[in-house]
Amino acid sequence: MKHSLVSLFAVVAVLGAQGVQAETLRLLTWGGYAPEEVIAMFEAETGHTVEVTTSNNEEMIAKLRATNGGGFDLAQPSQDRITSAQEEFGIYKPIDMSRVTADLFIPSMLSATAANTTYEGEVYGLPHVWGTSGLVVNTAMAGEVTDYTDLCDPSLTGKVSYRLKRPTLIGFAYSMGLDPFAAYGDTDAYQGILDEVEAMLTECKAIVRTYWDGGDEIKNLLRSGEVVASMAWDTGGWQLNADNPDITFVAPEAGALGWIDTFVLPARGRADDAAYDWINFVMQPEIAAMITNTAGNFTAAVDGDAGVSADLKARYQGSFDQAAIDNIKWYPPVPAGLEALEGATLDRINAAN
Amino acid sequence: MTAPQPDLVCRDLTKTYDAFRAVDHVSFDVPQGSFFSILGPSGCGKTTLLRMIAGFQSPTSGDLLIKGKSMIGVPPNKRPVSMVFQHLALFPTMNIGENVGFGLRQRRVPKAEITSRVGQVLDRVGLPDVSARRVDQLSGGQKQRVAIARCMVLEPDVLLLDEPLGALDLKLREHMKVELKSLQAAFNTTFVYITHDQSEALVMSDNIAVMNNGRFEQIGTPHDVYHAPDTAFVAGFVGDANKFHAKISAVNGSQLTLETPAGEPIKVEAPNPNLSVGQDAVVFLRPEAIALATSDIGDTVNGSRGEVESVLFNGANSTVTVRGGQGDIIKVALPQTGDFGTLRKGDTVFTRWDPKKARCYPAPKG
Amino acid sequence: MASDTSRLGFYLLLAPILLWLVVLIILPHIGLFVVSISEKIGPREYETGFGNYATFFGEPLYWRTFARTAIMSIAATALTLILGFPIAYYIAKLTRGRTKTTLFLMCMIPFWVSELVRTFGWMILLRETGVLSNFLQYLGLVNGPVEMLYNDAAIMVGLVYTSILFMVVPLVTTLDSLDDSLIEAGYDLGGSSAAVMREIVIPHAMPGIVSGCIVVFMLSLGNYLTPILLGGKDSLWFTGMIYTQFITRFNWELGSAFGFLLLALSSLVVFLGLKLSGRSLSETMGRS
Repeated sequence: MKHSLVSLFAVVAVLGAQGVQAETLRLLTWGGYAPEEVIAMFEAETGHTVEVTTSNNEEMIAKLRATNGGGFDLAQPSQDRITSAQEEFGIYKPIDMSRVTADLFIPSMLSATAANTTYEGEVYGLPHVWGTSGLVVNTAMAGEVTDYTDLCDPSLTGKVSYRLKRPTLIGFAYSMGLDPFAAYGDTDAYQGILDEVEAMLTECKAIVRTYWDGGDEIKNLLRSGEVVASMAWDTGGWQLNADNPDITFVAPEAGALGWIDTFVLPARGRADDAAYDWINFVMQPEIAAMITNTAGNFTAAVDGDAGVSADLKARYQGSFDQAAIDNIKWYPPVPAGLEALEGATLDRINAAN
Repeated sequence: MTAPQPDLVCRDLTKTYDAFRAVDHVSFDVPQGSFFSILGPSGCGKTTLLRMIAGFQSPTSGDLLIKGKSMIGVPPNKRPVSMVFQHLALFPTMNIGENVGFGLRQRRVPKAEITSRVGQVLDRVGLPDVSARRVDQLSGGQKQRVAIARCMVLEPDVLLLDEPLGALDLKLREHMKVELKSLQAAFNTTFVYITHDQSEALVMSDNIAVMNNGRFEQIGTPHDVYHAPDTAFVAGFVGDANKFHAKISAVNGSQLTLETPAGEPIKVEAPNPNLSVGQDAVVFLRPEAIALATSDIGDTVNGSRGEVESVLFNGANSTVTVRGGQGDIIKVALPQTGDFGTLRKGDTVFTRWDPKKARCYPAPKG
Repeated sequence: MASDTSRLGFYLLLAPILLWLVVLIILPHIGLFVVSISEKIGPREYETGFGNYATFFGEPLYWRTFARTAIMSIAATALTLILGFPIAYYIAKLTRGRTKTTLFLMCMIPFWVSELVRTFGWMILLRETGVLSNFLQYLGLVNGPVEMLYNDAAIMVGLVYTSILFMVVPLVTTLDSLDDSLIEAGYDLGGSSAAVMREIVIPHAMPGIVSGCIVVFMLSLGNYLTPILLGGKDSLWFTGMIYTQFITRFNWELGSAFGFLLLALSSLVVFLGLKLSGRSLSETMGRS
């Protein structure tokens, strides 16, 4: 009852806003986060129009950096990439919490994201979609792979893959009994962890078939059986599971790496009204469920999982028991400059023979 | 002692493309050191014939011998012939010396010898000291001589020339005719020259073959071809001629009497045994064989009265066209005596010609 | 007055090309250079210096990848020339009329789809479960699946395939302009096929060869997709490094320095190529 009242209020607020001005919302987001039908419903309801550009974390920041935060009205980077980018490039503007229908958000996620995206006393991010990365395993052929370091088992030579990117460094570190997130604030300690992971991954290079780059590439490799175990996102594993029950997402023993994609306002966005309208619109439970059904990941919307398809729920529950959920390592904000250390490590792994 | 072997012999040479016969059983000999021309209109097959001799095309049947050796199956780079191409085909990426030395380089002649032989042959064509120049720095006539030098330095048994004067302007062409002939005499090499320009063939050749529709109509000296053409085609193609259609009304040995469609009688003395009374014939008469007079010369053989239609002044080659009583037009060479300098359009003139000067052939069927 | 008007017209006609040069070519490069000489010393704090260039020369991974990219691009160019020349010669000299047009079009058909699609096509052919591997197994030539992807040879195949049209087109154009009688004259004067090719055809085709090589070299050097998708764990490509610096490392300063070095490299190689073939750039670009 309370929710429907809230949504009614939201709709009224939105309609009121529409009376003021219809705007074009230039949305910089991930594939699947803005399904066609949701856009159609939003446009019908608010009169705004939506232009979608799909991208990834790094490209989102690069695009906004190139224009000093212009060209888009709403972006959706992961929460750990907000404060450092704001510190270095100043590409976002703070969220006006009075214009957000806070009741639509799961309170714990809203406050955690707010804490993680606070820079100089201002909150820059709102949680939207969350998920994890871990292992996607063809259980019929590599059932013994239960942790990141299992990918380096010589019996799997030429059959495994991962990205040569920072999540791989972090996942391996946890799997090796280290705690990289705890060392985020301590450059020397973090460098020590990176050195250990570097040795591991350099040795592992002979086992890897190829370093994958795009989501479609790794899905193809797993589907064709050329790769039987890989580090990848949970949704990829669940999508493959629909085609081949042997393949699924496995939460690693050391813990899946949890990420939350957020809403942020680019510093020079022009359509803030439309941006807040969109946020309040897509966080409604039934819209959130639609997004979960296309993106494959759950949202921070209250009751957002009610309308999610039973198949997806079953796959999710198959991959995560309560212990695995509790063991998820959520990415804390990346301190500025940390990427330079990681970059050097990745370069050395890349160059090693 | 046997007669010296001809440099080039063709025996029943034939080239057939699908249904079209480009060269049709052509046979001829070219003696050593002679200048042999193949004269014919474009499309008569002369280029195909030349390319078969050079080796760029292979004959469908027949044989081709150079210095007594069959050339069938021998590729062009192994034949003792060289060719001067229509547009000369000098290599623009090489200078003159490299162009002329190209063939010697292919024969692995030592460098020093190449230089001296190239120098000698360029001297002989009258172009010393051009070795280092680029092709585009030479005039048309100089290029011509370089193209010949490039072939002659290889001392070929036969030099083939594919209408090389076609691209030159008239003045230069006249000059090069004389020069080519003297070069041929100086090198004493067998030249086979193809052209559609009868004056080139007449001026330079020892022997001319007149070609039409893939066949040789006549082979003979320029004099024979001009004055005693074997066929109506040769009579019409080589030199200028007035052409009449007539029906034979009487045959008396070599004396023929014909009647034009207008009913006028013509007398012709022609040693052509294939003509009989009632047959349609064509009569060819050279403009210079017709005598012109301004006053009546009485009733003579083949005499008639006419009116000047036009005067075509061209120096030594001036002609008048005369309209006869029946409306027929004949072309008459203007004697260079100056007697006719006052001739104007509309003047009355009298023409007559010797029956021995005309040629008579059966009219082509259809 | 009249000359003033015509001068105005001249500048008006010149304006678009000048605008294009300045706005799209010169200004971005100046910007790139300025970024490349700023060293980051802290968040939003930079100072001018050549530290980024020093980083390049100090890190073996960077300059080795740089050299590797240059050498492989030269190899790809040579391979493209070797493969493209017979194709161009066949099209220009041995075919006529419709066949010629058809063959030329067939060379262009792959370019009607994007480079990405073409590269994916090669991935389908070369991968372990791909067409070629299955075909070889079907023929009984190999016992098990063979992986032909993720190595330097695959990159080479992709680069040659991607750029061969840019070699064939200028070659066909220059070879087309070679009078057949020059080739015949070469044979007539006793030249073997090899001698005619070496002394007549290749010197004539030189402008086409040089401009084709320049284009193919630049395309290979600047290619991003093909080396990334077809290459393996060790198959680094310099453009990939630039992308990494710009996008994943947020290090525009080093990326710009890399970009400038790549520009210098391609200019240098083109200059050396022209010197070796004894041609000037204007002559090469003007004649082909």
